[in-house]
Amino acid sequence: MKPILDVKNLTMDFGGLRALDSLDIDVRPGEIAALIGPNGAGKTTFFNCVTGMYNPTQGDVLVNSPSGYSTRLNGLKPNKVTERGLARTFQNIRLFQNMTVLENVMIGRHCHSGAGHEIIMDPDNSPVKRMAASAFFGGMEIAATLLKGKRFKEREQETVQYSYKVLEKVGLEKFANNFAKNLPYGLQRRLEIARAMATEPFLLLLDEPAAGMNPQETKELDDLIQRIRDKEGISILLIEHDMRLVMSISQRIFVMDYGKKIAQGTPGEIRTNDAVIKAYLGEDIDA
Amino acid sequence: MDWGYFKELLMGGVVKGSIYALIALGYTMVYGIIELINFAHGEIYMIGAFTALIAAGVLTVAGFPAWSILILASAAAVVWSASYGYTVEKIAYRPLRGAPRLSPLISALGMSIFLQNYVLLAQTSNFMPFKNLFPEEGFLENISEVLSATEVIIIFTSAVVMILLSLFIKYSTTGKAMRATAQDRNMAMLVGVNVDKVISATFIIGSSLAAVGAVLIASNMGQINFFIGFIVGLKAFTAAVLGGIGSIPGAMLGGLVLGCTESFGTGYVSSDYEDVFAFTLLVLILIFRPAGLLGKSDIQKV
Repeated sequence: MKPILDVKNLTMDFGGLRALDSLDIDVRPGEIAALIGPNGAGKTTFFNCVTGMYNPTQGDVLVNSPSGYSTRLNGLKPNKVTERGLARTFQNIRLFQNMTVLENVMIGRHCHSGAGHEIIMDPDNSPVKRMAASAFFGGMEIAATLLKGKRFKEREQETVQYSYKVLEKVGLEKFANNFAKNLPYGLQRRLEIARAMATEPFLLLLDEPAAGMNPQETKELDDLIQRIRDKEGISILLIEHDMRLVMSISQRIFVMDYGKKIAQGTPGEIRTNDAVIKAYLGEDIDA
Repeated sequence: MDWGYFKELLMGGVVKGSIYALIALGYTMVYGIIELINFAHGEIYMIGAFTALIAAGVLTVAGFPAWSILILASAAAVVWSASYGYTVEKIAYRPLRGAPRLSPLISALGMSIFLQNYVLLAQTSNFMPFKNLFPEEGFLENISEVLSATEVIIIFTSAVVMILLSLFIKYSTTGKAMRATAQDRNMAMLVGVNVDKVISATFIIGSSLAAVGAVLIASNMGQINFFIGFIVGLKAFTAAVLGGIGSIPGAMLGGLVLGCTESFGTGYVSSDYEDVFAFTLLVLILIFRPAGLLGKSDIQKV
């Protein structure tokens, strides 16, 4: 089976610093994979390269969606990457704090709503046509919002219902109308995942989802991640420092150090891998 | 105390203030989203006034009725200004999106000077008489002691436009995307928002509001020239800063406060000091509330 994310020979230079060095990482359909490594190993840089925040210096980021198309993501803008089925969360919480929980999720639906979307987005259309369509549908949207047109209402209703469903999946439906900033920390983390899920990804990239959580919250997160994979069929690649979480939920683990992949394998293999132990604990003095 | 005089000044201030507010919205929306002070915004307003003047001239010659002239000329001004706003962003700001913050600022100043001179060359340096586009209506007679029909229309129009804008920002998909982009642009992109489109939409909306303001203000003042954008732009910018730049209700409030201050200052002290009052108020507010009336002070991001 083709991997859904296939990263080959990925290199990222910042000036003279090589942050990622010919990295090969792949995620298979229906898998929970983990990316671990000491601080500064380049894990988040890797996520940034995959999601279009950075344009990698070399190498390929390929996706093969479950629905059958394959694309190269290099150089695409983040919103295009999201449209192609990847979603991510961040190490620090980056919710839209001054919007309600529901609105946060509805924003995630943004790329799936909007009339005339196909015409405006299609790069094959002439710029004039796209601009005209953009102006026309933009004007229609303004009019529709203000007049509450029937189709607009229906679409809005659809988005709200879908967003509620997503909130139910992560157990946040009670908080739909609260401001994001008023949620407790653990729930904010969940909302980040919900917002990412609302874009209907087939691969979810989670950057330290358990950071700052207590053991109880981590346990719940563990269940949530498994449930997302099993019920929604979304594959997951996560960066995490909580080894108990990593070892218990992931099928495969990639280990990075100084921008290079130093090991990959099942949790059992990684646990006994010498290179990994060395990277984390340093060299044995006696050896 | 003379209440009649006070009321007159108050209404004058509200009229002035609501127009400042309309134009201040353009500054504040753009700042909220890309943290750029769009100095060309005043020129967009000036172009709106010229477009309305030309359109109204043509329509009058063609013999259209008064109300349809008002509507068609305003529509022409809105469309023309909006396309200028859109284009200015596209050619002067978008290529500098990743540049240090000073570069787009300089680019904005350049755009402002360019547009002024372009209108100067294409049109004229003289003041052009601007016919009042608002037909005098009989039903307004009973309040005409305090307010002219034009002023009633100004207050009414700006109130309606601002309410519509607030609804749009709150409920529409694009409005939500705008708020999301203003809070965290990268994150907005990552949840699929096309940020370029949102920024264009912001410029289009801001410029349209400026054009509406242009028709209103030009009708009230009775003359325009290529330089009117500068002082109005400066005042509107002051109003935006006063209310807390980046905040939409702030721009509305800032406009009204500024308008009333000017009106009372000129009415009770001396009309020579109109601008002195405006900018003294700005200085005072910035000393005591550096983020503006409704602005939130920046929380340091970790």
